[in-house]
Amino acid sequence: MALTTQKELDLRQIHDTEFPLPDEIQGTLAVTSLSRIYNWSRRSSMWPLLFGLACCAIEMIGMASSRFDFSRFGMEVMRASPRQSDLIIVSGTVTKKMVVPIVRIYNQMPEPKYILAMGACASGGGPFKEGYNVVSGIDKYLPVDVYVPGCPPTPQSLLYGLIALQKKIDGQSIANADDVPWYGAGPSEPTPIPILGPDIIDPRQMDIIRRQAEYAAQGKPYGVRELPPPMEIKKKVSAKAAALAAATVAAAPEPLDENRLKRRMEALERRRAFATKNPEV
Amino acid sequence: MVDQIAPEQTHTIDEAIAVLKQRFPNVVSDDSRPGYQGVVIEKNRLVEVATYIRDQLGFDYLSSATAVDYHGLEGSTDHLEMVYHSYRISGGSALVFKAQTEREQAEIPSLIDVWPGADFQEREAWDLYGIRFPGHPNLRRILLWEGFGGHPMRKDWKEPYYEQEHKPFESRWPAGYVFRAEEKNAYGHNVQYPADFDLSRLKDTSDEDVYNSMGLGVDVQSLGGDDISTDRLVVNMGPHHPSTHGVFRMVMTLNGETIDQLEPVMGYLHRNHEQIGERNTYIQNIPFTDRLDYLSSMGNNHGYVLTIEQLLAKGARYQPPTYRAEVIRVLMVELQRIVSHLWSVGFLLNDLGAFFTPMLYANNEREKILDFFEATAGSRLMCNYMRFGGVFKDVPERIYGVANYVNDRVRDVDTMEFLTAMINERLPRFLDEYEHYLLDNEIIKTRCIGVGVIPADMAIAYSCAGPLLRASGVPYDVRRAEPYSIYPELDFDIPTGENGDIYDRMVVRLKEMRESLRILRQILPRLESTKGESIYAGRRDYNVRAPLGESYARVENSKGELGFYVVSAGDPKGTQNPWRYHIRAPSFINLTALGPMSKGHKVADVVTILGSIDIVLGETDR
Repeated sequence: MALTTQKELDLRQIHDTEFPLPDEIQGTLAVTSLSRIYNWSRRSSMWPLLFGLACCAIEMIGMASSRFDFSRFGMEVMRASPRQSDLIIVSGTVTKKMVVPIVRIYNQMPEPKYILAMGACASGGGPFKEGYNVVSGIDKYLPVDVYVPGCPPTPQSLLYGLIALQKKIDGQSIANADDVPWYGAGPSEPTPIPILGPDIIDPRQMDIIRRQAEYAAQGKPYGVRELPPPMEIKKKVSAKAAALAAATVAAAPEPLDENRLKRRMEALERRRAFATKNPEV
Repeated sequence: MVDQIAPEQTHTIDEAIAVLKQRFPNVVSDDSRPGYQGVVIEKNRLVEVATYIRDQLGFDYLSSATAVDYHGLEGSTDHLEMVYHSYRISGGSALVFKAQTEREQAEIPSLIDVWPGADFQEREAWDLYGIRFPGHPNLRRILLWEGFGGHPMRKDWKEPYYEQEHKPFESRWPAGYVFRAEEKNAYGHNVQYPADFDLSRLKDTSDEDVYNSMGLGVDVQSLGGDDISTDRLVVNMGPHHPSTHGVFRMVMTLNGETIDQLEPVMGYLHRNHEQIGERNTYIQNIPFTDRLDYLSSMGNNHGYVLTIEQLLAKGARYQPPTYRAEVIRVLMVELQRIVSHLWSVGFLLNDLGAFFTPMLYANNEREKILDFFEATAGSRLMCNYMRFGGVFKDVPERIYGVANYVNDRVRDVDTMEFLTAMINERLPRFLDEYEHYLLDNEIIKTRCIGVGVIPADMAIAYSCAGPLLRASGVPYDVRRAEPYSIYPELDFDIPTGENGDIYDRMVVRLKEMRESLRILRQILPRLESTKGESIYAGRRDYNVRAPLGESYARVENSKGELGFYVVSAGDPKGTQNPWRYHIRAPSFINLTALGPMSKGHKVADVVTILGSIDIVLGETDR
């Protein structure tokens, strides 16, 4: 817990600032909401999954060891079992072969659960994005709460990402079912596990794939991205050239709209009248 | 002249080749392509010739076996080729031999009976290039999964269901719009599905294949004389397991608690280094090599840079790196070796059950070296430091640290003072303390001595490298066997073990750290005396033009012998990409011996044996 170094609980941590209290009694009394105390206890004991994928895992261990020491934030217990962990740090390149176990592990984690995408690879494919066996980011399959950029992120920036996750938890409200979907009615749906065929197939995309395969069987056009018409590229014309063009092609002056002409004449009248009244202006 | 030389007395490679050609007149011929070396062997008699090379010529160590696809290379025939690099364990350069096959129905006889170390490398060639190896007992995909569409490293391979030739885009502005790669993958709208596309056929069978090959639920045996009948049990470990050092997976058949058979399953971090490397220019590959063995990025850089320098040396405008550059390279590589061994020994203790505490001791020292890397190269892990012809930045005058703890002070120290204190005092003191804790520890002795033994002849046959090989008593170190950089002028020993067990491997690593410190102590005065000299030879060339040909260079990395095999297409115009970029990864090939080593041991020992091999998955799967 965050408070292991302190002998007593500091009530300021759980006090909800919505309810003002005089300064002198803040150490002895706290008025708080259920959401606040619930979030506080949750975020002060986040247990990450002991799960390293690639290079970033080295920095993750670096963060866990004594120099950076993330147990200061109540996270010192890294659990190897997904059943006991609240947070999965996806630390490295997600390959097509590996995303299947990752989705399985995620499904095994009890709710509430969070995902932190560590590094460029887990966030969006990173330097290996174009590889034939690389998934460009874990967010293609699982909902990510915090992205930490870097290749690899330093332990400091990973700590910052974890603090950002704590702030996110602080902002959640039990009353709002959108914030905490795991309190909805009934068990939540597990994420469908991707299938490794000739290439990886996301079961959630099955309908699209099936429809396209049907089109292909019928010989209809399919799989064509609807492009907007090609952009017209306007060349910049210099003033001199424009004048030359205007001189060569004497364009007929556009007939002015009658109303517009009338309004313009009126404005001219007003201006003349103003000029005669105030000659010095 | 040649016929007077007995095969085992050939000293140079040319002599060996001459003997070989004389013995097999119509089978062995010189590789006459410009820039290539070695011999081409008629593939039908490959096994016979390879046996001769091993037994008579004495090239008993197969370093690397890899495939190249020559489809579409200008001025070349359309064929697939296996390239083998064999060495003498007593030292010297490589005897390179090749076997060629046509691209349709590609078949080359397996060399697994001659060198068992070819096992995984041939499986990789089957997986990525689709070359069949008759005679290989277990020719299944190793990095990708069963049922993957095609063999991806072939030059004419297209991604399944995927329209474009190139990923992610041919042009950055097709019709004036930016494409994101996501719009073109299988889930977007730019895919082609075959007309007979059948979803019910999509089923991943790799797991079942592995389990079936292990004899799942096949027989019920009674254990030696007793009346206890036991099932043989298949146990799966990984890819998510805290002691597999990443995303490695082992499938074991157990008889009681004893291991009958162990099958390593890998490829969970196969991120296509080699294909991406073929698309990049030469210099763009340097940051990618950092991410191979991500614990020793400097060593990886050094190996790659040496390979390309060897290739460039065939051209006209090549200048070798300056002396100061070589000194800085050795400084960095040896520091990185200490970093990697600290990590490795710490994690071995982790696997033994001393969870995290020894690791924390080691990591504290490691962070000090990483501070120096950060001050010099700008990054802690992925240093991206070396260039062709030198290094990209000189060692800084002073090191400015950042405050990391509460009440931490900002450090500002002189670099030489920092290095001197670290090399002469801090690290030796730490090693004394660490050895004091570890070497006489009763638990460590009981669990490590006599476990996971690999004898010397077997270690050589299985192409083991690095501390794994040296712990078996073979004093083979590339820094001595085929010296590179300024290692010939440095004074150091090659520590070896006697028994080839886990304990010896740990001791060899600890002694190697001492030897690295010894090298570093000789480097410091050289660093001081070359201060101010150039760190880069000639003009900084960002787009090097490599001449036609192939090159294979290797370095002694912390995990073992790291080799790079690069084929240059030699296109004089435009940006240059390597035609083939292969990494001889020590972690990958050392794993070949994992199965034989763990046979007959308990499940708990396998974790330790794996820890003692010291694999890094970024390099294993590439």
